[in-house]
Formats: sequence, structure tokens, C-alpha cells
Amino acid sequence: MTTITPQNPNPNLSPPAEIQISPINWVMKNLLTPWYNALITFIIVGIFCYAGYGFCVWAFTEAQWTVIPANLHLFGAGRYPSEEYWRLWVLLSIIVIFSGISWGIVARNVTHLFSRNVLIGLAIAALISFILPIPLLYKLAIIGLLILLSLAAWGGQKIGAKMPGLGQYIAINWFLVYLIGLWLIGGGLGLEEVTTSKWGGLMLTVLMATISIALCFPIGVIFALGRQSNLPVVKLFSVLYIEIIRGIPLIAILFMGQVMIPLFLPEGMRPDRVLRAIIGLTLFSSAYLAENIRGGLQAIPRGQTEAAKALGLNPPLTVSFIVMPQAIKAVIPAIVGQFISLFQDTTLLSIVGVEEFLGISRSVLANPNFLGRSSEVLLFNALGFWVFCYAMSTGSKYIEKRLNVEH
Amino acid sequence: MWCVMTMRKFSAFLLTAAIAASLAACATPPESSSDGEGEGSSSSTASRLDAVKERGTLNCGVDGGIPGFSYVDESGDYSGLDVDVCKAVAAAVLGDADKVEYRRLDSTERFTAVSGGEVDMLSRNTTWTISRDTEVGMEFAPTTFYDGQGMMVREASGLKELKDFDGKTVCVEAGTTTELNLTDKMRKAGVTPEIKTFQQADPAYAAYEEELCDGFTSDKSQLVARRSTLSKPEDHIVLDVTMSKEPLGPLTVNNDSAWFDVVKWVTYGLIEAEELGITSKNVEEMKSSEDPTIKRFLGAEGDLGTGLGLENDFMVKVISSVGNYGEIYERNLGQESKFKLDRGLNALWTEGGLLYAPPFR
Repeated sequence: MTTITPQNPNPNLSPPAEIQISPINWVMKNLLTPWYNALITFIIVGIFCYAGYGFCVWAFTEAQWTVIPANLHLFGAGRYPSEEYWRLWVLLSIIVIFSGISWGIVARNVTHLFSRNVLIGLAIAALISFILPIPLLYKLAIIGLLILLSLAAWGGQKIGAKMPGLGQYIAINWFLVYLIGLWLIGGGLGLEEVTTSKWGGLMLTVLMATISIALCFPIGVIFALGRQSNLPVVKLFSVLYIEIIRGIPLIAILFMGQVMIPLFLPEGMRPDRVLRAIIGLTLFSSAYLAENIRGGLQAIPRGQTEAAKALGLNPPLTVSFIVMPQAIKAVIPAIVGQFISLFQDTTLLSIVGVEEFLGISRSVLANPNFLGRSSEVLLFNALGFWVFCYAMSTGSKYIEKRLNVEH
Repeated sequence: MWCVMTMRKFSAFLLTAAIAASLAACATPPESSSDGEGEGSSSSTASRLDAVKERGTLNCGVDGGIPGFSYVDESGDYSGLDVDVCKAVAAAVLGDADKVEYRRLDSTERFTAVSGGEVDMLSRNTTWTISRDTEVGMEFAPTTFYDGQGMMVREASGLKELKDFDGKTVCVEAGTTTELNLTDKMRKAGVTPEIKTFQQADPAYAAYEEELCDGFTSDKSQLVARRSTLSKPEDHIVLDVTMSKEPLGPLTVNNDSAWFDVVKWVTYGLIEAEELGITSKNVEEMKSSEDPTIKRFLGAEGDLGTGLGLENDFMVKVISSVGNYGEIYERNLGQESKFKLDRGLNALWTEGGLLYAPPFR
């Protein structure tokens, strides 16, 4: 048996050598020629410097950051009882470990798991946690979690390399993590119960957003299919649902859920408020998602269905293995955009009195000790939201890339 | 054709499954819906008082974002004058001031929440007006804070009355009755100031501090609270003019006298306790007082509590957990707080204020 060594068939056809340009040349070429570009560059740099200087002066001399460390636990978990915080830390560790393992397993074939970019990302995360005005204990905890993440990723890659079939169980595992998470937060079964009225802060925001995202996706798929159906009743129902929900502002749906539903229900029947919020968000997002997915469905050429039929696949299999994967792949950016806006839409719940990340900030700002500190607190809120939204968009980029490779 | 037919069936199946699932979800009330299990609404005969007792917690509507009245402190607990009224009622009915579920309510949803039974009572900076008492269907318990719209100016500006404001600039939060009152009063005074409106409080106060406006108008309690956060509080004065009456107090839903009586008399009790000199520190000694009024008030004699459907010593529990009105005031708004707000109208009637409790007998 001869082994074929991969070999460049014609060494002369190697790609042209990359021309190395020094940073100074780059700047000269892209920013400073011709003269009017140089002028524009200087004006824009001047504006940025001015704004940046103003911000730095404010951040280091005027701003009083004590409001953040003093209320960090409120921002994180709202009015969650402090003696039960350990449960949230355990949950956070579990999530981090599973993220690491999943990452490792998914990236089992990558030679350098900790590539330069990943290392830079980790370093930046560590650095930010040190800059943030939070108590030392929290900084150490964040560093610890980052180390845990790296270890778990390393272990995950080792496991994934040995058992490549493990990849398909990741989704189920995450579902289990979810159940464990709900149990740890809510209590019961041996843990002390913590009612949803005590849930709050970033924890509640993430919880409501992730549950709504997980629920609105299948519902959106169903309504997208329903809208394309040839059955008049199914089609009518889907169209009505989508158009009615899209015609109502989200705040109205949430308001109805929080305040008006009790008027229709008999006394004594009071669905949980967090649940009502999740239902409202899900109903709203699934209508928009259905339209996104329908866009994807319409982009799939008819030939795909016909080919699947010719191969003898029945309609459910055609939809789930041929049409849907392609349709969803085509609209991933739109779907992720929808998810990100759903994540941010949770802030509307602060208007109806749910103590999520932004809602709890309002209460903190009313504390006589921190009156007038809204700039600091809102900046902190913005940073929190940005981290999650950026993570989502990075994740979507990664998924898109993977799906394209497997094509 | 086969494909189309089965495709239809498939989507029909999916849809039916979805509908069935959502129906099932609706039909099974979630586990945590235990609140409000007891009967008791404006329509049924039983009182909300029984519902609260059976449930074991009081659902109290608060704003959650008003300095001095309701906010979340660093340890994650609700604090403030409005919150203390909730605690007082919980202590009276359930014997424990901590058995309160706070529900944050926006000014637009507060009355709906009360009439829908989402909350048992509202203690949320709500001005007592005739239309709210009648058309909206609320029942107002005694006023716990007499507020009024005032005007804050820089002392150096020399502005003293509304008449001085011709051509001056006044900052105000948009969409409140404050804005309407301001235009009314200025028209009455015959002057036309420039009015700058802001959606939120913080930017409005920032504009005032940057001298973008000569005066700032809001409720006096809020002005005083905010003045303490300005860079030089001593440079600013709140003028004597009062542009509106704002009696703020707790309220319950109409047509539930038994429950309303409890909220009303617990509030009166806080005032009466101050008048009788009973504080959270001396309430235990006071129980053995010789004064028959105090004895009756604290339930050592007579059965005033039973008439309300409470224990006779309900006021002992209230005062030992939150203190009398004076203590609540001083803690949240007065000398012990950052605001150092004078009692003013909120002093006892014996000291020139408006607080007056009917006799407990």
C-alpha cells in the first residue's frame, strides 16, 4: 500500500507572497492620502479624542463608582436571599463547566484550541474584571470561572477526541443543565424555596430571555410552516396570529399579561408573574421569528423538495432534513438579530415592575445613599447588556461558519 | 399530489399539537399560583382581610423608585415611608412585618392592579382626589404624607415669588400634573416663564444644576431630597409657594369595608401612637401603663382589635416592628435620614401640623 502524501502538485503555483506593509505605511496609504483624507482623519480623531477625554475626566474624577460594588449583588440577583447565594454560584460554575466542555467537544478537531484570538479574549475578560469597580472577591471569582472554563474546554477536547459521538448529546445536556438551574434557583426538593418575587437582576433577565428564546423558536417554526400550509384553517390561524401579534406593541402585551390577565381569571388563579412575562415575550417573538423563518423557507428552491420526494422521503422527513436546515441556515443572522432584540426587550418588563437588570437599577437609584448616580448605573447596565449581546452575535458568527464548512 | 396532501396533514398535525400544548399549558395553573387562593374580592361577600390571613402574606403595591418613600437598600430589602406602611399593616394582620410581597407598580397600572386584586393595598405616593375616590373606585386611608408642589431656585438668583418668573426658565418633568399646575399658577400670576420639559428626573436635575433653568418645580419632598444631592445644597432654596395640594396615602379597593377599616385604623394607629408617646423602644413598658387610653390602645384593656377582626394587641406588634409615625418619618425623611426634611404639615395637630387621629375607643 502506498500512502499518498499531500503534496503541492506545482510549487510554482503557490499563492503570491503577502506584501508586508509597515503600520506607518498602512496609515499613510489608508488614512492620510490624498490631503482631504488626511483632513477628515484629523477631524474625526480630534472628535474622538475630545469625547474620550471628556469621558475619562468624568469617569475618573466626577463619577462615584461606589454605587456599583455596594449593590453588585442586587444587580446580579435582585432581592434573592443572601444566604442562598451559594446556589447561584454553584449554578454559574455548572454553566461555565458545561460551556467549556461543549466548546471543547465541538472544537475537538481544532489543533490549537487556545489560539491567539481565544487567549486574547480570555485576557481581555480577565482584564475587564479587574478594571470593573467590584469587590476583590468577585474579581477572583470571575478569574476562577475563566480558569474553570479553560480547564473544562481542554478536558472536553480530550474527551471529544476519544468519543466523537458525544457531540450529539450536548443539546440534551444543556436541557438538563437548564432543569438543574431552575431547581437551584427556585428551590424545592430539599432546597429552601425561593419565590419568583425574589428573583431579579441580571439572573432574571438572562433566565427570561433564554427560556423565551428556547420556546419561541419551535413556535416560530410551526407558524412559519402553518402560514405556508395549503389547509385554509391552518393558514388563516397562522396569518391571524402573526399579524395580530405583530400589530400590538410588546409593551401592551406585557402590560396585559401583568395587569389585565387577573381581571379575566377567577379569583385565586394567579399565574406566576415571571411566567406571565415569559409567555408574553414568547408570544411576541415567535410571530416575528415565524416571518424570519418563512423568508428562509421561500428562499429554498422547489427542486430541493422535489429531489427529496424523488428519493422517497416523506414530507416530515423532507421538511426536517432537507428544507428546514437550509431555510434556517439562510436566515441565521435575522434569527440571531431577533434573539438579541428579545434579550433587550426584557428591559420593558421594568416598566411593569419586574425587578430585572434595569428594573432593579431604578430601585437602587432611589436609595438615598446613591441619589443622582444614574450615569454610573446605566453605564454599568449598558456594559452588561453589551457583553451578552456581543456573545450572542459572536456565537451566531461561529455557527454560520461551521454550517458553511459542512455544506 | 400525494406530497401536497401529506404535507398539509403534516403541518396540520404540527399545528394541532401546538394548540393542544398551549391549551394544556393554560389549563394547568402553575404551582406557584398559591397567592390569592382565599376567596375575597370586591364582588364576593368575603373580605380581603380573610384572604390575606389565609394566604399568610400581604401583597402590597409600591413604586419602588422614590427616594425616601420606597427603594431597595443595599441589603436587598425594601425601605421607605410607603414601605413602612405596608409593613405596619402586615404586622397588624399577620403579626410579622416581613410577611409582605412587594409589587412594583407604575403610575398607569396601579389602580388596575388594585381593582384586579393583584395587590391587597397600594402604598405608592398616590394623591387623594375625588375622581380616584369615586370613578376609579378606590378607598383612601388617612394621608401619611402631605406634599405640595414647590419651586427650587438658586438663592443668588433673588427669585422669591411666582411673579418674579417672567421671562425666566423653569425645568419640569414631562407628563405629570406638575407641569399642568405650573402653567395654571403662572397664568394666574400673570407671568409667562419659559418651560423646559424633561422625560426623566435625572437629566432634568442635571440641567438645573448646569444653570440651564432658573427654577425647578416638583413635589416639595422630592425637591428637598434632590437638593441634598446637588453639588452645593446650601446654595439652593425651596420657595414657600405651594402650587398644589398633594395628600399622599395608602388605599384599598372600594366596597370592602372590613379590609379598608384595617388599613385605615392601622394608619391612624401610627399617628395615635406618636400622640400618646408610644415608641418602638417603650411599647413593652407602656403595656403596663396606668393610662386607660394607652391600655385600650395597646389592647391591655377592652377589645378594639376584635372589632377590626384582628388581635387586640395589634398595635403592639405594629409599633414594635416599625415604630410610630414620628419614628417612621424621622427614619426615612427627617433628621435621621439624608434629607433632613422638616415635619411641616406632617406634624401632629398638637404641634401645628395636620395629623389627627380619631379617638381609639
